[in-house]
Amino acid sequence: MRLFWREVRNQQLLFWRNRESAVFVFIFPPMLFLLLAAVYSGHIDGYRAPDLLLVGMIGYGCINTAFAGLAISLVIRREGGGLKRLRATPLPPTTYLAAVLCSTLFVFVLQLLLTVALGVGLYDARGPQNWPSLALTVLLGVAAFSGLGFGAASLIRSAEGSSAVVQLIVLPMAFLSGSFGPTRHYPAFLRAIADVLPLTYLIRILRHVYLLGDTFWSQPRSILIVVAWGLVGLAIAWRRFGWEPRER
Amino acid sequence: MTALSVRDLRKSYGDLEAVAGISFTVEEGEVFGLLGPNGAGKTTTVEILEGYRSRDGGDVTVLGVDPEHGGTAMRERIGVVLQSSEFAAVLTVREVHRMYSGYYAHPRDVDEVIALVGLEEKSGSRVKTLSGGQKRRLDLGVALIGDPELVFLDEPTTGFDPAARRTAWELIRSLRALGKTILLTTHYLDEAQQLADRVAVLREGRIVKVGSPAELIGAAPRVEIRYRDGERDVVIETDEPTRVLAELTGAAAATGRELKALEVVRPSLEDVYLDLIDNDGDA
Repeated sequence: MRLFWREVRNQQLLFWRNRESAVFVFIFPPMLFLLLAAVYSGHIDGYRAPDLLLVGMIGYGCINTAFAGLAISLVIRREGGGLKRLRATPLPPTTYLAAVLCSTLFVFVLQLLLTVALGVGLYDARGPQNWPSLALTVLLGVAAFSGLGFGAASLIRSAEGSSAVVQLIVLPMAFLSGSFGPTRHYPAFLRAIADVLPLTYLIRILRHVYLLGDTFWSQPRSILIVVAWGLVGLAIAWRRFGWEPRER
Repeated sequence: MTALSVRDLRKSYGDLEAVAGISFTVEEGEVFGLLGPNGAGKTTTVEILEGYRSRDGGDVTVLGVDPEHGGTAMRERIGVVLQSSEFAAVLTVREVHRMYSGYYAHPRDVDEVIALVGLEEKSGSRVKTLSGGQKRRLDLGVALIGDPELVFLDEPTTGFDPAARRTAWELIRSLRALGKTILLTTHYLDEAQQLADRVAVLREGRIVKVGSPAELIGAAPRVEIRYRDGERDVVIETDEPTRVLAELTGAAAATGRELKALEVVRPSLEDVYLDLIDNDGDA
């Protein structure tokens, strides 16, 4: 346990010391929220615009931190030989991975609190209506998207291309799933794609839990879909994840 | 005490037999070199011993345990320098050492290790500002932080300039003074000669020769006597250079002939090595 918390601290040091990741993973979503909230006003899909955007941006923050940030940093560490080197130490791999996950969760929670504070403070957005259910939703989102992040890291071969590949997935998904604004007027085929994406369902749960105060468990179908995606990622990681550099 | 023992080790990648049945033992406190060209199976062997790879056949023990099942207990006792590994560029030398020291039950003092590898002045500098040689010393420092009994060095000086190599050699010698057992791979002959008590020469996954550097030279091809006869270069290989030379010079002196460009060449370890890795392995 001591090893675990120590490694969480290490991961935090690595995250915040690396300015690119700190800015892109941590600052970017709240910044985007500020921009979008300044652009949209009135009501969207029956919700107040800042409320809906706030929830959408929490969803984007989750995928950006737990999926994109995690996958990119794992690939960079693997390709640099850092993961391989770590395997020669007595640190158990499960402890390491658990610490990475815990650190990711911590970063996302901080970011969520910052985004909420900005929304409530600047745009009079609604605060979370059901805290315990929001906490469960956060755990679900981080777990599922980290699973997908491990899966993606297992498939990406090179450190240089990792960021581009990951963003090619993240940005369209966030766009289609409604992170950046209303999707009701999208053409039917785009909405059909959105209907299978995990972020769509995470945002749906967030709307119910955060904005309407429903309980987490009132959304079983959405939960199942998000979980299923997470398991797909983990299954890929189980088969393909490696500690050693691929390129070379 | 035997630190490492390898018996009939085999490992294939697909059709390629990377390690084709090698055996050697390394005693505690010994510096043992695996010498051979690229692709001879050095790194595969070392990575099996480090616990990275499973083997297809043979018996291996590292500090008395099978590295495939050595787990954390074995990793507490070994130090590893890989051919290449990058530590987080954003951390300082001291932070990297401290991070790794946290993984061990009984680590050495961080500042002591930094001093040992000669990075005191860089202690507060970020890893990304280090030169190639300094990064290699960081590798070594991190490998020593757990106070290992056995240290694996996989091509520790590849890509170094001559001065940096000398410094690295001094460092590795100081490890021996600490009583560490060292398994070193290299494709530089002089490095093996400078550092290793015993050397195993590998070629295509097999050991073609084991012995101290002196023994390897002792088992040498013959001495060569060379001179110029008119337009012709003459080379005589012999096991009895004294007698052959006496006859040759005697005959030349009797007829008042000068043997131009006369030299007697003892084989260097390099000749032995090239001979071993070029010819069939029974030499």
